[in-house]
Amino acid sequence: MSDTVISHVTSEPRPVRAALIGFAVLAMALLVGAPLITVFAEALTDGLPVALESLSHPEAVDAIRLTLIVAAVSVPLNAIFGIAAAWTITKFQFKGKALLLTLIDIPFSVSPVVAGLCIVLTFGANSAFGGWLVANGFPVVFALPGIILASMFVTFPFVAREIIPVMIEQGRSEEEAALTLGASGWRVFFTVTLPNIRWALLYGVLLCNARAMGEFGAVAVVSGKIRGLTATMPISIEMLYNEYQSVAAFSMAAVLALLALVTLALKTLLEWRYASQLAANRRH
Amino acid sequence: MQIDIDEISKLFGATAALHPVSLALPSGALVALLGPSGSGKTTLLRILGGLEFPDTGRVLFDGQDATGLTVQERRAGFVFQSYALFRHMTVFENIAYGLRARGRQRPAEAEITRRVTRLLELIQLPDIGKRYPTQLSGGQRQRVALARALAIEPRMLLLDEPFGALDAKVRKELRQGLRDIHDTTGLTTVFVTHDQDEAMELADLVVVMSMGRIEQIGRPQDIRARPASDFVRSFISA
Repeated sequence: MSDTVISHVTSEPRPVRAALIGFAVLAMALLVGAPLITVFAEALTDGLPVALESLSHPEAVDAIRLTLIVAAVSVPLNAIFGIAAAWTITKFQFKGKALLLTLIDIPFSVSPVVAGLCIVLTFGANSAFGGWLVANGFPVVFALPGIILASMFVTFPFVAREIIPVMIEQGRSEEEAALTLGASGWRVFFTVTLPNIRWALLYGVLLCNARAMGEFGAVAVVSGKIRGLTATMPISIEMLYNEYQSVAAFSMAAVLALLALVTLALKTLLEWRYASQLAANRRH
Repeated sequence: MQIDIDEISKLFGATAALHPVSLALPSGALVALLGPSGSGKTTLLRILGGLEFPDTGRVLFDGQDATGLTVQERRAGFVFQSYALFRHMTVFENIAYGLRARGRQRPAEAEITRRVTRLLELIQLPDIGKRYPTQLSGGQRQRVALARALAIEPRMLLLDEPFGALDAKVRKELRQGLRDIHDTTGLTTVFVTHDQDEAMELADLVVVMSMGRIEQIGRPQDIRARPASDFVRSFISA
């Protein structure tokens, strides 16, 4: 009796349900599926050999290498900064905590182009500091450091935002217990804190990585788009596309999309493989 | 070990968690800090363990000033309110944690195994070493937390609401368990509770606290017979 009442309250009539599900599927297919398929189809219009040929072009190789370097530097640094920020916010009481939380979120709300401009204005040859850097043989803007800075700015919140809720939920008592058992601060961090946040950290790192490789706006401003030197994969995709080299552009876009898909697959695999541990962590 | 608390006070922001309090705990005693929430009992316990530091006053262990000792140097076996077992480690690794944390003085692996096995026998759960904390009942978790605290061969045992998270039946059983472990080890033991039955039944010495002050210190029967204030009278008859 009560079952039927509940089902009446909570579930829509069959046609409405079908329509909603259908709409969701259609929207996903249109917004995500179709473009993705188009990218791969366009890349392969002249066949796989031509697509691979375009990717082995020296400038394409340079772009892929640059993107991987940027991700390899900015992701670990952001992981460390993210952990430090999350630790500070969750384990200590201090004035300005809310301000710090807001600052962490700024990259989410500021347009990447604005972020890029800020870096150009601060470190560019026209500023005092930037001029000094260039004079001393360490140019930031239109060079690798600027691209890394821009990528780090844009991806800064990912790790911290994943970890903070987990750390808040888990509290401090396990760390305190480890301290009373004689463990040093570092030992507590590596044997208690880090294992407890490892899944959130991994998610954050994967998302951060995907975004670092794909960032366009901020990098476009600071890089100067110098072919073979400061053109990352997204930048060279745009340049190739503007030059009507659509096979080359879409081939590289396909590689970038594949990297993102691998990231997603990895995340799903981990979730599936460690589902029981994740559940156990939450239950405790 | 004899513990002396000499004029300890502690402020949290503008509120006084502890007004200057003084207390002498004889070596080997089983002491209850009894009081309602907000009475300062947990703060006092955490100060003894080195997890908080007092604003004024001194803590003395066997007559030696221990106020400045770090939490690691205190060697206090601490049992937390919700036990704070390391959720990603087995029961064995939980108990072995303090031994492995010793750095250069870390015992050999065979010695660690021997000691953990002996502690599991002491808490009468010899077969649970391979399990994870989530696979244990509340009572089992409490005993594992006790074994983990005892593994470091502590100088004293400090317990924060050790029975708070348990249902009434298990609570009664484990009271005797704590009494037995105290009698076996002979450690000066301090536990925090808001349950006057628990304090009166288990402790040799009961310290009644309220609003950051000590209302009365005495043996259970003396406190029952001669409550020192209206607060104590109403609290123990509740």
